[in-house]
Order: sequence, then C-alpha cells, then structure tokens
Amino acid sequence: MSGAPAPSGVVEMRHGAGGRDMTDLIAALFLSAFGGTGQEDQATLDLPPGRVALSTDGFVISPLFFPGGDIGTLAVNGTVNDIAMGGARPLALTAGFVLEEGFALADLARIARSMGQAARAAGVRIVAGDTKVVERGKGDGVFITTAGIGVVRDGACLSACNARPGDAVLVSGSMGDHGVAVMATRAGFDFETEVVSDCAALHDLAGALLDAAPGCRLMRDPTRGGLAAVLNEIAQASRVGIALHEARVPVRPGVRGACELLGLDPLYVANEGKLVAVLPAAEAEAGLAALHAHPLGREAAIVGEVRDDPDRFVEMETLLGGRRIVDWIAGEQLPRIC
Amino acid sequence: MKYVEEFRDAGLARGVAARIAAEADPGRSYRLMEFCGGHTHAIFRYGVQDLLPDSVRMIHGPGCPVCVLPIGRLEMAIDLARRPEVILCSYGDMLRVPASRKMTLLRARAEGADVRMVGSVDDALRLAQAHPDREVVFFAIGFETTTPPTAVALRRAEALGLANFSVLCNHVLTPAAITNILEAPAIRQMERVEIDGFLGPAHVSVVIGSQPYEFFAEEFGKPVVIAGFEPLDVMQSILMLVRQINEGRAEVENQYTRAVGRHGNAAAKALVAEVFELRRSFEWRGLGTVPYSALRLRARFARFDAEARFGLVQSDPPENRACACPQILRGAARPTDCALFGRQCTPQTPLGSCMVSDEGACAAYYRYGRRARGTEAPA
Repeated sequence: MSGAPAPSGVVEMRHGAGGRDMTDLIAALFLSAFGGTGQEDQATLDLPPGRVALSTDGFVISPLFFPGGDIGTLAVNGTVNDIAMGGARPLALTAGFVLEEGFALADLARIARSMGQAARAAGVRIVAGDTKVVERGKGDGVFITTAGIGVVRDGACLSACNARPGDAVLVSGSMGDHGVAVMATRAGFDFETEVVSDCAALHDLAGALLDAAPGCRLMRDPTRGGLAAVLNEIAQASRVGIALHEARVPVRPGVRGACELLGLDPLYVANEGKLVAVLPAAEAEAGLAALHAHPLGREAAIVGEVRDDPDRFVEMETLLGGRRIVDWIAGEQLPRIC
Repeated sequence: MKYVEEFRDAGLARGVAARIAAEADPGRSYRLMEFCGGHTHAIFRYGVQDLLPDSVRMIHGPGCPVCVLPIGRLEMAIDLARRPEVILCSYGDMLRVPASRKMTLLRARAEGADVRMVGSVDDALRLAQAHPDREVVFFAIGFETTTPPTAVALRRAEALGLANFSVLCNHVLTPAAITNILEAPAIRQMERVEIDGFLGPAHVSVVIGSQPYEFFAEEFGKPVVIAGFEPLDVMQSILMLVRQINEGRAEVENQYTRAVGRHGNAAAKALVAEVFELRRSFEWRGLGTVPYSALRLRARFARFDAEARFGLVQSDPPENRACACPQILRGAARPTDCALFGRQCTPQTPLGSCMVSDEGACAAYYRYGRRARGTEAPA
C-alpha cells in the first residue's frame, strides 16, 4: 500500500511456520494492505440488528492476474456479492491464504493490495486471516478462501424458491465478460481481445434495485456456468419454467466474437460483476430504471419471464425466431473442433 | 458483430421460412440430411426446425469428427497419454469422449497423464519446442477442414528438425462417408433411409470445393446444396433443395459462394497431398469400416507418425449394443428412438458418440430440443 517498497524474494516454508518470519510477512503484506493490528486470534464485531447473512468461497484461478482484476479482487468481490444477493449489506470478511513455496512476494503484495482496495471500495473490512505455506508443486501459486458476514435489510426475503409465473427476469448488464477475459489470457489460448473482466462488488447496485423494487423475489450472481446455470437453478428451486429472449440478452461484441471463435456459448460463460433478478411484473420497469441509473447497471435488460412449466425448462426464443432449451452445462464448456 | 449478425436476422429468416412453406408440397416429405456437425449445431442452436413446415425433416448426419472416431483410436491416445514421457495434445471436445469403462482423456489427466487442450496444432508444435525432453503427440482429428493445418505443422516440424513431435493421425474424408451412407447395404435393404437431398459441408467445401459432390448428384440422383454454417445460410439452402426436389433436378448447387468455389483451395489440397496418403480403410464409429475414408502420413514423414513411433495397435472394444448411434449417424433413426436416450445416456453421462459433442445429434436433441414440438413457444 502507501509507498511501502515492494518486497523482494519468494515465499519460503519459514513464512508458514508460525515464527517471526510469518508475523513479519503478515505485517508487511497483509496488515499494511488490509489495516488492523493482527494481534488477536479472532475478530469481534458489533452487528446492527437484523438477520445475519454468512457465506464462504474459495478462489483458484489461472492466470492469477487478468485484464480487469486478479485473484484478490475476485476473492473480495465474490464473497461480497454472495452476501449482497441475499439482500444483505456486507460488513466484514475473513481471508485464508494457501501459498506455494517459491511464489513471488511481489505478486503476493500486489494481490493483497488489490484485496485491500476492493474491500475499501465495497465498504467492508477484512477482519481476520490465516496463512499456510505448502511445498513447491503442491499448490498453484496462491489459493484464497474468503468468508463474509452481512446483515439482511429489513423486509427482504429473497430466495431461489420465490419465482412465480408472470415474474420478469432481469440481468444487470452484458454476459460473459469475465470468462472471456480470463480465457483470453490463459496459456494455450493464443488470442487477443479487449474484453476486461467485469469483476465488481454488487451490494450497492443490489441495494438500489431493492429500494426501487421491494417485492424483488430473488437475486443471483451468474458466476460459473453463467446465466444458463442460474436460470436453471431458479427454475428447479421455484418449480417453474423460464422463457428467455436471446435478442434481449446483452453480450458485448468482443465477447460474442471470442465465443464464435472458440465455439463457446456466452450464456454459459462466467460473470463476476453482474446480477440476475426476478421481480414481480409490476415492479419490473421500476427495477430496470434503478439498475440503469447505477454505473454498474447501465446495460441492464429485461431478458425473460417466469411461466408455468411442469418440465421446469429454461427455453429460449432464438435470434432467428426459433426455440431451444437452455440446459445445464455438462462438465466444462470445451471449445468445439470445427 | 459485423458480418455475422446479418446471417441471423429474424426478419429475413421469416421471409425465407415463408418461401419454404409456400413452395414445399404438403403432400410429400422432404428428408434432408445435413452432413456436418456444424449445421446440426446451427439448426438446434437457432431453432431452425421451428421455422420449417412439417413436410421438411432434417436428418442429422455423421459429420461430427468427435462422434465418428472409434473407441479403439481413442484408446490408443489414452494409452499414449499415460506414458510418462508423453504430452498428449488434443482439441477441446475430444477430452470428454468416453472410451471403454467410461475412461476419458480428462479422467486420464486426473489420474496423472499429461493431457493438454490446445486451440490449434501450432500450440502443440510450440509445446514440443518448449519441452525438448518430452514426447509431444498431437491427437489429430477432423475432416478436410482441420487436415491442412496438421500438414503445415508436419512440414514445419520437418524443417525445424523436431525430434520430439509426432501426430496420431485420424483425419477422415467427407465424400467417402457420404458414399458409404448412400451405398451401405444395410441402408438399402434393412433399414432403408430415404434421403431426398443433402446440405453439403461448409468449411470442408472451402478446402475441397464443390466438384467432389457432383458424383453423388449424378450417381445417386440426389441434389446437394453446399451451405454456410449460419442459420440463414441453412434456411436458404433448404429452400434451394426444396426447389430442386420439386423440379426433379439433382444438381450440386452452391449457396456458400462467399467462401466456396468449384475447385476449392488448391494450395491446401496440394499441401495435404504432399504430407498425407489414403488409408485403404478406416473404421468409423457408427458407419463401420469405410474404404479409402481416412488419411495417414506419407513415408517421408514416417518419423512424425505416432502410430509407428510408439508401435501403437488399434484395439476393437465393443460398443454398447443398445446404443442407436450407428443408425442415428446414418439417418436411420432419431435420437429419441434410442432406448438409452435421456435415461442412461445424457450429456453428463454420455454412452454413445452422438451424445458426446455439442455437434452430435443426440446432444443437440437433448440440449436444445427435448420438448416435443408443438408446445407453446416463448411469448
């Protein structure tokens, strides 16, 4: 952070051994980036009244740094967003690090700074942490696990089970940015794109949506598996079908182009700064306007509606005017051959 | 995206659909086989069938390279990948094709094999240069489209004198497979498939041209329309086939004129001829043994031939007998006719080859078309 010289050297086994080396590492890298004293084994928090939302997520990503973010911003925003999708205001995070022997300390410092910045931007504190070191070859540079706590706003009762026939389905912006940005930088996929990850904290956007549409049934962030996975989860949990309109789903030209090239479908590509919301039809326009008014929701759109369907299918009207089932993805999405 | 969106325009599609509906005779049926997986994919992804009258039925052919590769060839690759010195490079959707006992290249990787997904054969060449101490094998599959790049890579490997690069060659030929479908005695006698016309391959034809299909039109009296892979290409080509059938013509027509000429890409064909020669026969999953339907490396490139280099022998593991892939690949059955479809065999747990790739007819049926036709469309 503030002008501290970038540490030189690499992670060594002594950094995880519990001695002075570990304490020094934590002070130099993590406490300087996150704030706090690191003197206690636990954080104690005064929580405002209300129901508590709690979530945890592990972050393993290759490459660690990608256009628009890094594993540190993901680790903060990912957990912030899981809390926010429950209608909660995120308050505090914990962070656990598994470091591989030989990992550059300068890279670790960069990741820690990203986490500190992302946390401050999201208005949450990183209040507790843990560091372990594994031998070279037994990790992939760095793995991060974060957990978060937040307080659910009064009156909000969001659940994947709440969708009702007639409800509107909204997305807060373009689909597939994060997944394509990461794939474009991954070894083995040698192509250039200007797409950057959409990695962002969504609690403020979610709050604006709930203010405008208090009857909101549920929110989800379409990360792994993309929009298709989230819509199928909602259809299963709520025992409904969802009709989706391909022409209304925002996808950036760069993402569309990369997906064409690789034979991928943007509906299945990951996002890290978008939300999907299901709203009663009567609140759909107000909700859409609230999303549009927020910097993270300018490209928001109503992309479909919930309907009765004993099969619980997500069915899409295609650009061409035909129909297709948008199913769960089977395994990983792999590029097609021809 | 410029240049592609125009070929997906709903208004134009409605216009073509109206023409097809107006010109197709409701009293007869038009059974049209799209040979290529790329067409199958487009038809399902864009819901093309919904825009066609009931009299026009699309039959999904064997043009999916992943689907037609026999298990024995895949097991050669898996065995090779398990050798500690080998890095096996493969295209993406090959990785999860099941061999015997549900083994896949992905599972072999999980068990310790060094299997890399590559976007092109160039990536495999680079790996060979970066790892001189390892044997880098490119698992080459695909039709005439992916063959020229493999030829380029082999010539480069020769020029570079790469001692640790080889190719497990499974490149197959489209015209031989179409002939087999039309000629196979099983089809003629037992499970007679009436195919009224073919949508000809797009990318394959960019390489080989439209001329090789003239034989089918003449010999079998079947019209062929070479079609681009965009949904409007497919629809316009269907209209062209309907017109040929109505008029009793059996000609090769080219809808995909923006990319395909009569003689194809001469440079690519010369390159392929320089590096590869015909195999006397090759096994296709679903079609069985098809004469002169695949390529192998010429003697000049023998040292890059993984089959010779590692002394590989193709085994002949049995297929699941209840699996209807052979009939489906020949157009003699629909995916929903198979007893395993959607029950034991799903995209998550594929048993047959047609369920494996997104381009396979069963996977496409499962993913995009499970709901019976005639139910309510999205409002």
